[in-house]
Amino acid sequence: MRAIDRESPDRLYTVTHGRVPGDDNPFDLVSLIVAERDPAEGMQSEHVKILTMCRTPMALAEVSAGLRLPISVVKVLLQDLLDTGGITVRHPLPGAGRSDDPDGLHLPDRDVLKQVLLGLQRL
Amino acid sequence: MAYNDSDPQVPEADPAGQLPAPAGQPPAPLPGSAHNGLKIVIVGGFGVGKTTMVGSVSEISPLSTEEVMTQASVGVDDDSHVRGKSTTTVAFDFGRISLDSSNVLYLFGAPGQERFWFLWDQLFAGSLGAVVLIDTRRMKDSWYAIDRLEHHRMPFVVAVNRFDDGPQPSLSKVRKALAISDQIPVVECDARVRESSKQVLITLVSYLTRLASGRTG
Repeated sequence: MRAIDRESPDRLYTVTHGRVPGDDNPFDLVSLIVAERDPAEGMQSEHVKILTMCRTPMALAEVSAGLRLPISVVKVLLQDLLDTGGITVRHPLPGAGRSDDPDGLHLPDRDVLKQVLLGLQRL
Repeated sequence: MAYNDSDPQVPEADPAGQLPAPAGQPPAPLPGSAHNGLKIVIVGGFGVGKTTMVGSVSEISPLSTEEVMTQASVGVDDDSHVRGKSTTTVAFDFGRISLDSSNVLYLFGAPGQERFWFLWDQLFAGSLGAVVLIDTRRMKDSWYAIDRLEHHRMPFVVAVNRFDDGPQPSLSKVRKALAISDQIPVVECDARVRESSKQVLITLVSYLTRLASGRTG
């Protein structure tokens, strides 16, 4: 068991300079992050790590696991990089979370489901 | 105080002979063409086998991530453990399946207990659906999760993880005990076995496809 808050809440505060993700932050757990440039001198070490990790697409959850930082902290760091053009984000396609079913269930798009089913059957 | 809801992982012989990458090695990178991340959430109580199920079908060893909860969002029912602290943390595990060159499915193991509810919104937002993993020795652990899934209108299937030393009620008894409606699939599984976990996921996606096609029968 590893407790980041036992480590020190101060450390997390320092990493983000006390910021928390805004309500309009665009990141989902499975948003795929892609680095658009190499790390530069003087960058915050977490930003350097993200740009290195995301040379190939990597989901936010994987970035969080790789940095061993909580998701909300990673969202703040990613927003910094997005704002400065360091990364691009491939958001999940819309489809899930629709509620056009008569029962009001949130149902994904049928084409998406078909691709998922085919992928699973190939496993 | 930190919670780690990761299930205890017992090394198991993998009957399918397909072991994920050894722990500690960086997971294989996704292809540059990957552009669509998808989510399925596996919900269940502590020790029910969520991480085992994730690990049995994932192409990477399950990874652990965590989210912090500020004191303001701590439930009033259970705040003794955070007295004097500003944050508390919950860890949860996930795995990955590359479905094709563009679609990547992530499986998240979600703790089902009420005090972890703060995590659920971001886990379930945009998820395809959920698997409720049941331990028949502790069925009441699942009541809250099922209630919340219904409340969130998140489609789900129920998978009964068979433990050798547990009671072996029939699936119809499980369905009745948990008041699960007839159209929702209830299946047995062995979360340690890749093929079995795979079939649970296929059951979920087939069910979602029927729902999306307007056929619930």
